[in-house]
Amino acid sequence: MMRTKKIRLLFTALTLLIAATFLIPSSVLSETEKPSYKIGGLFSITGPTSFLGDPEKKSMELAVEQINKAGGINGHMLEAVIYDDEGDPSKAVNAASKLIESDKVIAIVGPSLTPTTLAVMPMVQKAQIPFISCAAGNKIVQPVDPWVFKTAQSDILAVAAIYAHLKSQNFKKIGLLTVANAFGESGKEQLVNQAAPFGLTVVKAETFGDKDTDMTAQITKIRQDNPDAIVCWGTNPGPAVVAKNIQQLGITIPLYQSHGVASPKFIELAGTAAEGIILPTGKILVTSLLPDTDPQKKVLMDYTAAYDAMFKTPVSGFGGYSYDAIQILAKALNGSDGDKEKIRQGIENLKGHVGISGIFNFSPTEHNGLGSDAFVMVKIKNGKWELIE
Amino acid sequence: MQEILQYFFSGITNGAIYAVIAIGFSMLYNSTDLINFAHGEFVMLGALTMVTFSGPFHLPLLPAFIATVCCISIAGLLFERLAIRTVRFPEPIVLIIITVGASIFLRGIGMLAWGKDAYSIPPFSTHPPLDIAGAKLLAQSLWILLIVLLMVACLHFFFKKTLTGKAMEACAIDKRAAWIVGIPSKLMVMLAFGLSTGLGALSGVIISPITMCSYDMGTMLGLKGFCAAMLGGLGSLWGSLIGGFLLGILEALGVGFVSSGLKDATAFFLLLFILYARPGGIISALNVKRF
Repeated sequence: MMRTKKIRLLFTALTLLIAATFLIPSSVLSETEKPSYKIGGLFSITGPTSFLGDPEKKSMELAVEQINKAGGINGHMLEAVIYDDEGDPSKAVNAASKLIESDKVIAIVGPSLTPTTLAVMPMVQKAQIPFISCAAGNKIVQPVDPWVFKTAQSDILAVAAIYAHLKSQNFKKIGLLTVANAFGESGKEQLVNQAAPFGLTVVKAETFGDKDTDMTAQITKIRQDNPDAIVCWGTNPGPAVVAKNIQQLGITIPLYQSHGVASPKFIELAGTAAEGIILPTGKILVTSLLPDTDPQKKVLMDYTAAYDAMFKTPVSGFGGYSYDAIQILAKALNGSDGDKEKIRQGIENLKGHVGISGIFNFSPTEHNGLGSDAFVMVKIKNGKWELIE
Repeated sequence: MQEILQYFFSGITNGAIYAVIAIGFSMLYNSTDLINFAHGEFVMLGALTMVTFSGPFHLPLLPAFIATVCCISIAGLLFERLAIRTVRFPEPIVLIIITVGASIFLRGIGMLAWGKDAYSIPPFSTHPPLDIAGAKLLAQSLWILLIVLLMVACLHFFFKKTLTGKAMEACAIDKRAAWIVGIPSKLMVMLAFGLSTGLGALSGVIISPITMCSYDMGTMLGLKGFCAAMLGGLGSLWGSLIGGFLLGILEALGVGFVSSGLKDATAFFLLLFILYARPGGIISALNVKRF
């Protein structure tokens, strides 16, 4: 009896040993054989703009995990080093120098905001590191810097989408109501600059504070000039208050909002006042409404499903910026052997990349790569989004 | 004409919001000689607690309202007991800095508990806006107006006619003297905090159908409310009321006749001018000594 037990034990030990030599070391070896590519992430994960940074951080983790599961890039695994800048430019600079000096990353994705991105840019230019920002500001890629790219749609495209729709309705006079912060100022600049090419006249431009409680005074002032439409540019909750105020005043002038409120939260906040409002949005918000012929539909559905499965929270319209950045980086890394100049050229020469925010076509003079198809116009009807052709 | 009336109504809506917060500042100052810079955060907590009670808990308006005010009053009592009374050398400046610290702390709590999104509360009545000579006035604005007036009248009665109210005022004049004549001054201060934070919660609940609410709403509201209280004369309840409406109407007229970009600047410039002419505020200037 004792003997058979001993033999059995010996056998078990032996099989385990063999299995161990075959299975475990092989995976360990392949990882140690080729060093992983370290990629820096820099987002405003906490603080007032965490609604951008938090989904961006999650999407970066998701993209990195997906790539690693598929075997990495030429056998190299990706390793994400992510820091939080809290939306503060000075913290962003500190974190960026940490990424460059001590973590020695080969590329940086982020930051989430235009001010933080502009603060970090001089450093990445000096260190010559491929840098893909997730911020919307047009100043990031105009003028073009060889090392700086961005994946978020510019204000220019959003304004162009709104104005194209206004033009199709034969509207001539518009009133502007923009929030008094960086987002509103840059929107206002584009709204004013692009009006003339679309045959529009800005009859009145008013602003509101992002913590203001009532905008009826501004709206009354705009109404005096009888515009054909009112364009409001801001992020929640201000634009929801504007929508409510317009409803309360009984104004029937069509209201256009910016992509800054393109989330279900806006409909929730504005309630019945949201009815009939028209706004531009990235396609992620209306994935299920897109026709099957849309080249982005499959990418969007896969991303939404993967994000849901990994984080158990509904997908946000902003996470796609970092997801796109990592996917673009992965394509550029392919065959680059980690050489920064090769990665940079790889991004610059990338054409037809179907991403979350649109279809990217980079070139030495175009470092955002998105076209006007990155935005679709939607109308809010019965508390739901409705696609406008 | 219609425009001017609309600016005026817009000012009344905002003014009522500022006034209701200013009264919270004044009431506490009246009974403790303290300025609670965390008052705006209690307004925020009130609004967000109301969101929770009326949303996930499905309480009807009135019970949710009462539960919210009670909860925040208790929070105010705790705040006084844990952060204010335990101070070893209760110099006014030390206590004021504690309230500033508390406001940052409470904002953090609000962010963790309710997240960073904004919420909205449905208005108390679904009555359409009133149309007066072409200008619109919100039903909710009337609610705020009514509640504010009621609040001031009740507080006025409380401070002038009831023993507890008089005892509270006595504590503010001289704590030690009040204690010598047998007034439980510690209890009075605690009660004053409970009352003022309860008022804050009430303000939050009645204004958020108009303003929406989020964890960071308190700072700006607190600041505007404080300005209104200063303008009217800190410590005077009717003064706070007038100060609030004046600030709101000045802002609205600033938007209408100057520029919306200069809205706050216009209002604050006029505020400075009024304070220059009457350093004690509008009401206090009439009677130099408050008591």
